[in-house]
Amino acid sequence: MIVRTPPKKASSSAIAGSLQAEHDVAAPVSIHDMTVAYHRRPVLWDIDYAAPAGQLIGIVGPNGAGKSTLIKACLDLVPRASGSVRFFGNPYKKQRRQIGYVPQRESVDWDFPASALDVVTMGRYGRIPWCVPVRRKDRAKALHCLEQVGMADYATRQISKLSGGQQQRVFLARALVQEAQVYFMDEPFAGVDAATEQAIVILLRELKTQGKTCIVVHHDLQTVPEYFDHVVLLNMRIVASGPTAETFTSENLHRTYGGRLTLLDKAASAVARLGTD
Amino acid sequence: MARRWIDILNCPTRWAQSLSRKSHSSAFWVGLVLCLGITFSLVRPCNADQGEPTSATHFDNAHTGSQADGQPSTSHLLIRALTLRDHRTRVVVIGTTLLGIAAGVIGTFAYLRKRAMMGDALSHATLPGVAGAFMIMGTKNLPVLLTGAAATGVLGVLCVAGLRRIPRIKEDAAIGIVLSVFFGIGMVLMSLVQEMNTGQEAGLNTFIYGKAAALLVQDAQIIGGVTLLVLLGAVLLFKEFRAVCFDSSFAASQGISPTWVDFLMMGLVVLTTVVGLQAVGLILVVALLIIPSAAARFWTDHLVVMTLLAGLIGAVSGWIGSTISASAPRLPTGAIIVIVAGCLFFGSMLFAPHRGVIASLARRWSIARKVALQHLLRALAECEELADRGKTIPLEMVLPKRSWSAAQLRRLIQRATRLALLERSSSSSLQLTTAGRIDAERILRNHRLWEMYLIKYADIAPSHVDRDADEIEHILPVPLVQELERALLDSEATPPSPHGEEGAAR
Repeated sequence: MIVRTPPKKASSSAIAGSLQAEHDVAAPVSIHDMTVAYHRRPVLWDIDYAAPAGQLIGIVGPNGAGKSTLIKACLDLVPRASGSVRFFGNPYKKQRRQIGYVPQRESVDWDFPASALDVVTMGRYGRIPWCVPVRRKDRAKALHCLEQVGMADYATRQISKLSGGQQQRVFLARALVQEAQVYFMDEPFAGVDAATEQAIVILLRELKTQGKTCIVVHHDLQTVPEYFDHVVLLNMRIVASGPTAETFTSENLHRTYGGRLTLLDKAASAVARLGTD
Repeated sequence: MARRWIDILNCPTRWAQSLSRKSHSSAFWVGLVLCLGITFSLVRPCNADQGEPTSATHFDNAHTGSQADGQPSTSHLLIRALTLRDHRTRVVVIGTTLLGIAAGVIGTFAYLRKRAMMGDALSHATLPGVAGAFMIMGTKNLPVLLTGAAATGVLGVLCVAGLRRIPRIKEDAAIGIVLSVFFGIGMVLMSLVQEMNTGQEAGLNTFIYGKAAALLVQDAQIIGGVTLLVLLGAVLLFKEFRAVCFDSSFAASQGISPTWVDFLMMGLVVLTTVVGLQAVGLILVVALLIIPSAAARFWTDHLVVMTLLAGLIGAVSGWIGSTISASAPRLPTGAIIVIVAGCLFFGSMLFAPHRGVIASLARRWSIARKVALQHLLRALAECEELADRGKTIPLEMVLPKRSWSAAQLRRLIQRATRLALLERSSSSSLQLTTAGRIDAERILRNHRLWEMYLIKYADIAPSHVDRDADEIEHILPVPLVQELERALLDSEATPPSPHGEEGAAR
């Protein structure tokens, strides 16, 4: 359960003008000085990041490092305590159609009365006005995306009767059908079979050849150099970011996963206590 | 046998699915038109007898009044209720049926959004509103009371939402707190109202326990109006409701604000609850929101069908419940409606195909039967290996193969004989038929392959693999068997047991 901390309006609006200049207009995603707190306890500190266009970017870090929170804060799903995010120089609301999202598979109840096709079609809802039913061409697009992830045979199957990997592919298809420029994926490789993992990798590379940017939360360090061009090492703040070859070093990994964060963590607890006492 | 009745039970669901596939929302429109028709049919008689002085009396009094010379028999009343001959019975039956439709349809979405219990907090929170509106306005004018009910009901929902934002207070606790505190305030206000002695307060208790018999044409018309609104909302906002119920954060990323959708959804729930207060009472009205949708979920995996079914189950509960209570005037209508809904739920839970309890028991039973038969066949195949192929196998050789009793073995053998998998050559010996041998050898082969795989690739000790293979041999799909064969075998022949004598391993 999230307690929404109202953003400090005075400070953020007063320097809004100067913030604008801090954003890279060409970058598909640019985050400036973003801090995010749950229950007043900061989980991300002062994030500054500009994602390079047309790359596969992996977000790596230990449990509780704020990887999912980073994505959710970018997509306005979690309130930011401070800072701002721009997509191609615009706020999220104006660029919504250009941004695809694959949430964690566990975030929904799969015993919902819907078929795989129904779920994928939800990726088109953003393009259909309120109160207007789903159009046939949207359904056709959804079916095409199911084909792309090799799930066309399961289109009418109830989603709880799919395996974990198949459910993940349904989520990917739902993001594909959004026809976005930037994709955020939250642990798409978690708990999937080898075949699905390969399918996702192939899909990611295809998206890259189409010039799209994919930002992927990833937990398996071994496969990072193989899958991603760029990497963001995250542990409550960005420890390092850049091309995988230069950034994904044992020294940086040690800094990310090592025990140097005790002070940051203690400070966060102190901030949280301030709110409750 | 089991399959056939599952198929029969499946028929209506399949029919409904094909209907909904052909035209997405046409079924909704049919319901809408029906509701319109019913509401209009109510309007006419209402105009006709608005002038009658008895129009405010309760319909159960009307019954006994019209038959003053003798106590009417239950069957007589039931027939009158079923044929809707009395105007007042008609009002009650139609009112509760419409309420059932509205509650079933909007309840489906509240149920899937996991907000169904919110309806309980909401209905209990309406009581201070009813009492407060009466105290302030001093009138029992229904729209005034219902407005008061809706006001505090919404306040209750907002309180639940507010409490949930406080860390360490979970949703169930928030609902429990709001429900009981608001109800407590309501009870205090009610007792104050009783002391005011305006002579008007007599009917207010109907809001707690409900008194469908007291429904007037005006009430039924209000219920009809809310039903129309609910159906209209369900049709127009179907896409939005579905998106938010399934995955609210993805819906938000699609520009469908969960806050707004929840607001509209809860608004319709509030309306349905408030108009349902008089008919079923605030204690039981939540049942009409939850039970029909929970029952409908057993029958289908399709949201459109589920919504329609929930509406239908709600309508049937309302109709049957009010008819029963009309034929026995002392029975509380709201409680009867809820009990009918409960029976429908129980029936759905037991008899629904696929998801129902009986269907899943039948499935498990038929699998268990199949597994037992395959175990017998494998035991025979193992015996055949020791004896010469095609030779008869003495029963005493089969019996120690597994931990089955002689009676179990006898029944299994009878079944296998009926299926022509084996034949008895004498009273104490058996022989596999050609068909039986093919099956038996396939299962033995699967068993051995899996044992070999476990020993070779999973480093499991040979003495441990038998039990694992025992489970897996029945379900190995053909492609997997082929893969195992490629990995483990060079010849077509069934491999020998990797842990020596089959019987000795046990």
